[in-house]
Amino acid sequence: MIASSLPLLGTLGWRNLWRHPRRTLIILFAITLGVWFMVISAAMMIGLIEQQLNDTIFNLTGHAQIHHPKFRDDPAIEHSMPLPNKKLLETLDGGEVTQWSVRVRLPAIVMSERESRGVTLVGIDPTREIGLSFIGNPVVEGRSLESIEDNGIVIGQRMAEKLETRVGKRIVIMLQDKTNEVADRGFRIVGLFKAELEATETAYVFTGLSTAQTLVGMANEISEISLVTRSREKLDPLVADLRKAAPQFESLSWQELEPLVVTAMAVYENFIFIWYLIIFVAMAFGLTNTMLMAVFERTREIGLLQALGMRPRSIVGQVMLESLILLFLGVLLGNLIGWLTTDIILRDGVDLSAFARGTEQFKIGSTMYFIWRLEDLLTIDVLVIVLGLLASLYPAVKAARYAPVEAIAGN
Amino acid sequence: MPTVTLKSVRKTFGEGELAVNALNNVDLEINAGGFICLSGPSGSGKTTLLNMVGGLDRPSSGEITVIDKRVDLMDKGELAEMRLHSIGFVFQAYNLIPVLTARENVEFVIQLQGMSADMRHRKASDILNEVGLDGLEDRKPAELSGGQQQRVAVARALVSEPALILADEPTANLDSVTAQSLMDLLRHLNDDRGITFLIATHDKLVMSHARRLLQMQDGQIINDIQQR
Repeated sequence: MIASSLPLLGTLGWRNLWRHPRRTLIILFAITLGVWFMVISAAMMIGLIEQQLNDTIFNLTGHAQIHHPKFRDDPAIEHSMPLPNKKLLETLDGGEVTQWSVRVRLPAIVMSERESRGVTLVGIDPTREIGLSFIGNPVVEGRSLESIEDNGIVIGQRMAEKLETRVGKRIVIMLQDKTNEVADRGFRIVGLFKAELEATETAYVFTGLSTAQTLVGMANEISEISLVTRSREKLDPLVADLRKAAPQFESLSWQELEPLVVTAMAVYENFIFIWYLIIFVAMAFGLTNTMLMAVFERTREIGLLQALGMRPRSIVGQVMLESLILLFLGVLLGNLIGWLTTDIILRDGVDLSAFARGTEQFKIGSTMYFIWRLEDLLTIDVLVIVLGLLASLYPAVKAARYAPVEAIAGN
Repeated sequence: MPTVTLKSVRKTFGEGELAVNALNNVDLEINAGGFICLSGPSGSGKTTLLNMVGGLDRPSSGEITVIDKRVDLMDKGELAEMRLHSIGFVFQAYNLIPVLTARENVEFVIQLQGMSADMRHRKASDILNEVGLDGLEDRKPAELSGGQQQRVAVARALVSEPALILADEPTANLDSVTAQSLMDLLRHLNDDRGITFLIATHDKLVMSHARRLLQMQDGQIINDIQQR
């Protein structure tokens, strides 16, 4: 009976809603606002997660790395590895890897005329870092490294401030060589780099790969191979191939290299659901209240519908249909305004550089981007409609339980 | 075969010392095609009896049979189904759905029955024409006079072609000319279609149209008078 009389119930529901336009508009506004807020929150959270992930990957981690099995526990020179052999090269040059490079990482002390600090000296092949890590980007002052033999040094902008030095000045790098003797060398600062996180600018200094190897007597040895892939989804089979090609080394995905980031992402994803529920509960009170008011006001009419032969389940359907119309309109408007906000108004992100110190605590960059995904939008829509209908169930069942004779009498 | 049968029907409101017997061992048989008026002072049990027959309320004891079915034993869903297919109601306060037009109010019941849109539309037009509301189909109740609203209510009661129409003070809010016109219409429908009418009223005009007049007092039928 409900299906055949749906057009009638729909007409009745729609007109009933507009008997009190102000009340309907207020609850519609509340649902729209709630959905919009959920969409914005989800887009912000996904934006933060993606940004954090991209920063992590671009911050020398890559999508995967290959090391000596003991290097991660003790990044000493003796835990270095040889250049990739033919079999490993075949996998690295295969279609799934878009860029890869070898690096030398050496714990060191950097000294200027006024300051000294602990740092990691990274020897790189600058041409292969483009598209692989932030150091492949142009420097903000001076010049970038040009080859593996380049004997200049590129340091972070923040590091330059801390060392009270600048491009063109010399700094001294002191570190332990392969024979466990202290090695030191003066480097001329050729460029300053800028990274999303200030901590990165003070953690690393870069020179040519051969220059770093020569400094500590490593010959052709390296500390790591880092790579990025065409698609993150296909990373697991690629890592399996790398392990097969180089079983003597440790091949790890970014998830294994950065477990804290993975945990943070999982926390964000779960938090957003709690956030949805908090917003929804506030919205549900309004919805239940509105539908209860509508039912109480129409007691006599509901009695009449029963007298005319409407079954109790159709009465439930009628009240639920009115809620569904409200929820559907609210969801539609919320999605539309959410899309306008994230994709048009905030398309270029929100500049958080004024709060850089605070955002750095959460490994968030200076710009917050909003990214909405269809799956999040659908989750929000289904959640709001299903839970909204559940919230309307109480007033609907209450209406269906009216005794017709009392309802018609208006009791 | 009687359309309605009541056997020892009793209805008590309240409990203990506050208990009031609205119906007190009522026995009644109404044959198909009857035009029966229930008269009596306020509180005599007229409306309660109508509500019992229509399945809007349940008796405290006794048996009620409407068109061969025991109403007192039905659940809420079965009662709704019976009202939908077998009983039409006309109320004192018209009780139209305010957000629907005259046509939509009339179509409501037959749409609940699952009738197709074309047939529904034709049937509603015919019945509105028959009760004299041709041209007023698209007006909402607030845009109609009291008499016109009551005609819509009659059309709504008739449209599903029920065997029985229950009317509670149908002329109470109407002027005498409109009331006369409405009663002529109901008698015409009774004569023409053989629909059984059971009408609760104070109105002498209504009583004058009855073929059978049941006088009630203190929850009992005290007189059963056959008229023309």
